[in-house]
Amino acid sequence: MCLSIPSEVIAVDAERQSVTVDTLGVRRDVSSHLISDPLAIGDYVLIHIGFVMNKIDRDDALNSLELYREIVEKMGGNPLN
Amino acid sequence: MSDLPRDKSIQLSHGGGGKEMNKLIRELFFAEFDNPILRAEEDAAKLDLQGANAFTTDSFTIAPLFFAGGDIGKLAVAGTVNDLAMMGAEPQYLSCSFIIEEGFSLNQLTTIVRSMAKELKHSGARIVCGDTKVVPRGCADGIFINTSGIGRILKPQISAANVAPGDAIIVSRDIGCHGAAILMAREGLVLESELQSDCATLWPVVEQLIAANIPIHAMRDATRGGLSAVLNEWAAASQVGISVDEVAIPVSDEVKGLCELYGFEAMDLANEGTFILAVPQSIALGALEIMQRFGHCERAAIIGTVNEAHIGKVVLNTPWQTQRYLDLPQGELLPRIC
Amino acid sequence: MLELKQLYQGFRDPTTILSLARDIARLADKLPAPLNVMEVCGGHTHTIMKYGLLELLPSNIEFIHGPGCPVCIMPKERIDQAAALASIDNVILVTLGDMIRVPGSHGSLASFRAKGCDIRPIYDPLDTLKIAKDNPKKTIVFFAIGFETSTPMTAVLLQQAERQGIKNLLFHINHVLVPPAIDAVMQDSQTRVNAFIGPAHVSVISGAKIYRSTVEKYATPVVVSGFEPVDVMESILRLVRQRIEGKAELEIQYTRAVSEAGNLAAQALVNQYFQTRMQFRWRGLGEISNSALALKDEFAHRDAERIFADRLPVKQIDDHKACQCGDILRGLAKPKDCKVFGRGCAPETPLGSCMVSSEGACNAYYRYQGIQKETVARS
Repeated sequence: MCLSIPSEVIAVDAERQSVTVDTLGVRRDVSSHLISDPLAIGDYVLIHIGFVMNKIDRDDALNSLELYREIVEKMGGNPLN
Repeated sequence: MSDLPRDKSIQLSHGGGGKEMNKLIRELFFAEFDNPILRAEEDAAKLDLQGANAFTTDSFTIAPLFFAGGDIGKLAVAGTVNDLAMMGAEPQYLSCSFIIEEGFSLNQLTTIVRSMAKELKHSGARIVCGDTKVVPRGCADGIFINTSGIGRILKPQISAANVAPGDAIIVSRDIGCHGAAILMAREGLVLESELQSDCATLWPVVEQLIAANIPIHAMRDATRGGLSAVLNEWAAASQVGISVDEVAIPVSDEVKGLCELYGFEAMDLANEGTFILAVPQSIALGALEIMQRFGHCERAAIIGTVNEAHIGKVVLNTPWQTQRYLDLPQGELLPRIC
Repeated sequence: MLELKQLYQGFRDPTTILSLARDIARLADKLPAPLNVMEVCGGHTHTIMKYGLLELLPSNIEFIHGPGCPVCIMPKERIDQAAALASIDNVILVTLGDMIRVPGSHGSLASFRAKGCDIRPIYDPLDTLKIAKDNPKKTIVFFAIGFETSTPMTAVLLQQAERQGIKNLLFHINHVLVPPAIDAVMQDSQTRVNAFIGPAHVSVISGAKIYRSTVEKYATPVVVSGFEPVDVMESILRLVRQRIEGKAELEIQYTRAVSEAGNLAAQALVNQYFQTRMQFRWRGLGEISNSALALKDEFAHRDAERIFADRLPVKQIDDHKACQCGDILRGLAKPKDCKVFGRGCAPETPLGSCMVSSEGACNAYYRYQGIQKETVARS
């Protein structure tokens, strides 16, 4: 069950346990029943079959991207050049 | 303009051949599609045809009938006109048959017919004959439309079998908008976006390409089956290999977003106003410039080349130098869950 | 600042993918033995094939496609049960997307729908609530499938049905678990698997902790990986490093989404409504104990399997004789080893389950076949 992609929270409806998310310009309401900590506008979340599964750790994602920059450099720079 | 009451619905009697039907035909269809051949009201339209002509037919059934960027009427005209344009033929005469479900809103029918009339203006084609049937409630899904079309061939050599090694492959705009807009509008996938169907008449841009004397080898609008289907059909019909660069294919963010959400491939999604072109590589940039400058194809792009490797197949090149075959889309378009 | 687009593009970046490939190739010479990586999850199979990652790897690294596609491992008798439920008067069967294409012994759910059964594929399980409310005189059966990733969503649906007093909604539960499937693969004496890529979204819910026992019992490294091509390449790199250093550890590559503990709220919901089944038959793998879930006894009034027990076929149906899905799911054969692959068995006419879903190994090979060299390092 592997289709789950990052989206941005753009509205929160705490009462209905629902949030509106934006995925590259496509917006839909999804359930936040599985999330115990309150979500906020601007959070990045993973969506799976209409539910938020979790919040994405931004610092962690940035760290990974930084690590990749280092690997590219270590391996001799842009291999496409 | 029709002065039919706005809140009425279509009755079986509207297809019965009597007074009600006459009223509908005169006050709606004749009023909107007005031209002397139609007005002659003969059993068949009399046409004065010369030289080589292209002839095509298509039936249109779509849910929902109204969607972002169009409706079934616009689709029924643009679809048939585009089939003619893709053969290098100037669209001239169309027939139009309606199969309408009893109880269908007259208001909606009027909107659909006006939308058809408006779309005809983009090509100058005329509806010269038609038919109306009303079927009992439950025997059709709202409205079905069939249109057939005839057009004079201005550029005779265009064929799916004429794609040649050394050709460049051009796509006229970002792909997948119609399929994505329809999927978004379907019940069950409650989605919102700014995305609109690409539904449009392609004759004006084709006319520019023909006027510029571009040696078009093949041209096809990427309707059902999307870009994947067209390229595979060409590779098979012309017995060539087609090599496409994934990064070069224009895809809007919204279409990407929908594909990410549901596991679709943009290249498999339907289009209704997007076409693919095979022209010799030496002229490709010229063709592209004409499309961009005169044809409102701002996002047109060269996406690949034709060669003699992998005959009958389409090869997709990833930006990280791996390759895979691009296959025909298969089966019902269902959200990928697992 | 992190833009949302970076979460897509950054993890599909061509220069990063190629640099990781170089790093892997450089280190792979030092591998003491070929690395036979099982990607348990069908989502990873899809990524590997779609992005052509096999081509980027040296010949001593091989992927073995595991049993982690919930559609592929569903035995025919469960599909037959769904078809039987859908054939009962006034029943609406609701299920998720791809499932309706899977062939049972009398046809797929799509073919039963064509015969007039009311079968509705949905994307969002909570849409079932609306179907139940809109059809108060009918019985709605939610045919629930999926690994740990999707079980909590079924739990929420059940919770909402109870809270909102929606009485006409029943469940046919087919939720399965990853760790017992990994055990079944490793306990096969023929297995060649010596490293695992751990599922991404199963782990988001369950936490990486569920693979601890795999690592310890079989001294086999597990790297929990995201689904993007960069994620998979980095995970391979980490597995190569572990093997070179003689280690067998549990690592999380997908740290931006996966923790050791997982989503505790989701786990609590699952525990509230589900219990472990003693036995469940997996297509290709056979009976595996404690490998699936069922509703707890206190929710027997929601359990279609109990309520319609007299109507449901229980006869075990084996696969077509020529179909090698079993060997493929255990990593003993590749799709192209199967005699019917691409001949009798294709996505539009699947004989075996691996051809059905786009995450099935055969389907992925069929769709993206041909150009990639297969990194077969069979001894």
